Amino acid sequence: MTGPVWLSATEHRNLAALLDLLIPADGISPGAGEAGGADYVDQLLGAFTFDPPHIWAGGPYSGRHGGEAGFDRWIRLAALEELAWRIRVEGSQGRPEREFNGAVVGWQERYRDALVVLGDDFADVAPDERTRRFDATDPTFRELAFVHACESLYGDPVYGGNRDGAGWTAIGFAGDVQPRGWTDAEVEGR
Amino acid sequence: MSEPRPMTGPGAGLDCDAVIVGSGPSGSTVADLLTAHGWNVVVLEKGANHLIDLEAPYGPLGHSANDELKSLHRHLLGPDPLVEPRTFRRSEADGDHLFVGHVNSLPSTIGGGGFHADGKLPRFREDDFRLRSTLGPVDGAEVVDWPLTYEDLEPYYAEAERLVGVAGEETNPFAAWRSSPFPMPPGPDMQGAIMSMAAAERAGLHPYRCPSGVNSVPYDGRPACNNCGFCGGFGCPIEAKGDPVALLRRALRTGRCDIRAESYVVGLMTSPDGRRATGVRYLDAERVEHEIRAAHVVLAAGAFETPRLLLRQELGNSSGMVGRNLMYHFQTLTVGAFPQRLESMKGRCVTGAHDDHIVGDAASAAAARAAGLPWVRGGLVEHGGATQPVREAQIYGPGAHHGAAMRDSSLNDRLWVFTMQGEDLAQPSNRIDLDPTVRDAFGFPAGRVTYAPHRHELATSAHVGPILEDVLRDAGAEWTITTTSPPTHGEGDVSPLGVAPASYHIMGTTRMGADPATSVVDPHGRLWDIENVLVVDSSVFPTSAGYNPTLTIMAMAARTARLLIADPLPPTSPHP
Repeated sequence: MTGPVWLSATEHRNLAALLDLLIPADGISPGAGEAGGADYVDQLLGAFTFDPPHIWAGGPYSGRHGGEAGFDRWIRLAALEELAWRIRVEGSQGRPEREFNGAVVGWQERYRDALVVLGDDFADVAPDERTRRFDATDPTFRELAFVHACESLYGDPVYGGNRDGAGWTAIGFAGDVQPRGWTDAEVEGR
Repeated sequence: MSEPRPMTGPGAGLDCDAVIVGSGPSGSTVADLLTAHGWNVVVLEKGANHLIDLEAPYGPLGHSANDELKSLHRHLLGPDPLVEPRTFRRSEADGDHLFVGHVNSLPSTIGGGGFHADGKLPRFREDDFRLRSTLGPVDGAEVVDWPLTYEDLEPYYAEAERLVGVAGEETNPFAAWRSSPFPMPPGPDMQGAIMSMAAAERAGLHPYRCPSGVNSVPYDGRPACNNCGFCGGFGCPIEAKGDPVALLRRALRTGRCDIRAESYVVGLMTSPDGRRATGVRYLDAERVEHEIRAAHVVLAAGAFETPRLLLRQELGNSSGMVGRNLMYHFQTLTVGAFPQRLESMKGRCVTGAHDDHIVGDAASAAAARAAGLPWVRGGLVEHGGATQPVREAQIYGPGAHHGAAMRDSSLNDRLWVFTMQGEDLAQPSNRIDLDPTVRDAFGFPAGRVTYAPHRHELATSAHVGPILEDVLRDAGAEWTITTTSPPTHGEGDVSPLGVAPASYHIMGTTRMGADPATSVVDPHGRLWDIENVLVVDSSVFPTSAGYNPTLTIMAMAARTARLLIADPLPPTSPHP
């Protein structure tokens, strides 16, 4: 990607700082923000700016362990799948077809509201102040942001985070290993 | 057993011989066998297609991959709880529901539950079909015999194993007799399984390599598994898992199988007297309603969705038993923490198992007496470990410790887990019904679970848990802990897997029996009330046994299909 598709540059910078607050670098493992976490969230919140939407990467192989790379052939969503993901990301927005069980606040709104609480200078303030401001955000957002920090750092790099597989490298995780797989001897530790 | 009632074939004005609702292990088995016999079938699946090209030559779509995010976190295989919510409560005292969202949500996609499973395919034992006769009743539970025996089902077990491809070995001393060897030898043992199986043997238990629907060698045109480690919860990128790919592809190749994804069945059509089904009505992806007129309707939507569909129209429910006697497996999860890494991302998730707690011994009999029960019966214990890194990362919580915790992996790759799929006794109060206030995106009431374990499950778990902890400590675990799913609801008890049962083994909600007053389907799988509606999924199970149900689901579906086409398999006998 050449730049954020849904976040502003300031929001992107502040979000990266937030993700580094949640999962910081420690000299061996990268921080979630440092490894592209804001790109991950941006791609998710802006999933429907792509065609097909960037919700599910393709397959069957990434190409990192052989085979033809196919993860960047994003899977087209069926009608019900698209409805679910639009509700989740965009919210119900008062549309009857999205409110069969009531109104739903989407992730876009949760992030935008939280970034306002964090402030435009969030990336520049001292760590203690970042923590204080984060603690002032909505509890649902705090939980969501941590989940996304984990997903960004340890999910496949095609989703925008885990840049160059840095999160996996730090923990010794091979990631997707198809079509090579593991030999019987490797499985049994022989 | 009585002689089969006459079956009708296709006739004028019909779209197909049989319309099959659901494309998972049971529906795909029926589609395979009916089309092989020359019948034309339409398979309706409410989920999308991520499995197989529905045009010749029916190759893989390539959607399955070693991708944790889309498979475990982004609902690729559905159902997405935002548009197809389910609800849970422990009893009516919880009100309309205690929880709304993901409740035992087996995949809703072409291939159904077979798509995501890691393919543990054991058979039930002889006693599982005659539990009431063998062990007797239990107060507060509906312990019954099946209206068929293991001997009746054995030919179909063997057929199901051949159709899907099962790898295994005949070393389990408690296993039922077999008419033929496993189609394939077992695959390699995971490192943790080598360790835990040895410790189990030292404890006097009888571990064995778990039968698996994962190819250990090339089989039926599909390759051997390459042990990638992304098995349970994932579709197989190389089609080394036979269920359901092998079955559906074979059906499609006959030219007599029409599979329609994104086809949400809204109801059955019946004759004016309500005694026969004339087909089904369904909504397509654009929510346009269609009708399929068929000589037979085969319900294969699973033990959650099949009763939900019937209850919407109050069909097949003259007994009042549709949705009742819901059973899971009561899962006892015993975890051991080891000083060394176990490399659990290499292999098939579960390669070892033992059955001793099903058979029981003097100690389990004493535990039963102490609990005021006539007997207790556990389940197959899976020897497995490890989850994926995103899930692991969420365990540790945010903060400066996170990177070091992930590198150490003390709560993932240093853990080995025994999961006992404990027998869950049927209780009429445990049920699926329709939630009065929550709906799906189509506007239909969500399915609701009302479930609480019987004290048999609690007593069995309390007896077996310490035994499993001792085995893990002998294997080298530095600490052990046991939990259950669902929680036992004792004081302060919680389960990390949530308040609802986490099991995907759902059974019993349209019980099979010989008496229409106490069962929903007859011994051939036909609704007592509507003879040309057959139920072939696990909702027909009268008891849960303590074994993973998929192979029994397929064997029962094969039997029902072959009775439908009047081509039952001949009796079998033990092979040399």
